[in-house]
Amino acid sequence: MSVSLDSALLEGLISFFLLVGAAFALIGSIGLMRLPDFYLRLHGPAKATTLGVGGIIIGSVIFFSTQGDGLSLHELLIALFLFITAPVSCHIVAKAALHLKLEAVERTRGKPWK
Amino acid sequence: MNPQPATPSSTAPKARRWFPHPALSLFLLLLWLLLANDVSVGQVVLGSILAWVIPWLTQGFWPESLRLRHPLVLIKFVLVVLWDILIANLILAVRILGPINKLQPAFMQVPLDIQHEFTITLFASTISLTPGTVSADLSLDRRYLLVHSLHVTYIDAAIAEMKQRYEAPLKEVFECSPLP
Repeated sequence: MSVSLDSALLEGLISFFLLVGAAFALIGSIGLMRLPDFYLRLHGPAKATTLGVGGIIIGSVIFFSTQGDGLSLHELLIALFLFITAPVSCHIVAKAALHLKLEAVERTRGKPWK
Repeated sequence: MNPQPATPSSTAPKARRWFPHPALSLFLLLLWLLLANDVSVGQVVLGSILAWVIPWLTQGFWPESLRLRHPLVLIKFVLVVLWDILIANLILAVRILGPINKLQPAFMQVPLDIQHEFTITLFASTISLTPGTVSADLSLDRRYLLVHSLHVTYIDAAIAEMKQRYEAPLKEVFECSPLP
């Protein structure tokens, strides 16, 4: 880490991952705003929890691993727990929406069973 | 939770076993080391103790031991899923920012070949994790999964791809034992 070019490259890499993560979280939120019905809006947060959080976590791992305290991987647990819990909550929310018979946009093909 | 017929030999009620779930133990040890963010001897010892005690204390909640058959297939499956998440995210980003009116959302009924509830959970979670599809419901007889898709042109092709890409490897890894 002594050469300045190295740290510049590193900072660039960290910034890249942070920006990618932030961009996907933003796009997920934009989806939440733009999409017309409830089931479609469910897809927005899915993006934010996977690549959005993923990018920020990778940035964090690189940053803390190169600060001199050795490898830092416990951020990966955030991703692990999110990957376990996000689909479950998503499923429950969708199921609740089906139970309440929320309307899907008209061009939606296929019907949920009764 | 009904006992499933999937694991014929290991479901018989037994006295407490000393080492009920080796895979879970290994996972817990890894989890502990990651949480501690430190691989010193002390942490390994503490983690090993936890990795042994927790499965031992909770074995009443995990009546069946899950058999992992083809670890390489599982690793390949995880890599495929991660790659798909990346690609699907990019595609979905374009769709969300593009014209909303051209989206063709659909509810799809995916017939299930897998029967074990753990495997179905993994399959449904995988579908929800890859952006663009969300698992919404499981039929009462556990034979169909209701999946909502943000944009799909050919429903049958999408279902076939999901089954081939995610369900087949899961089936191979977790339930290839012949059902009695």
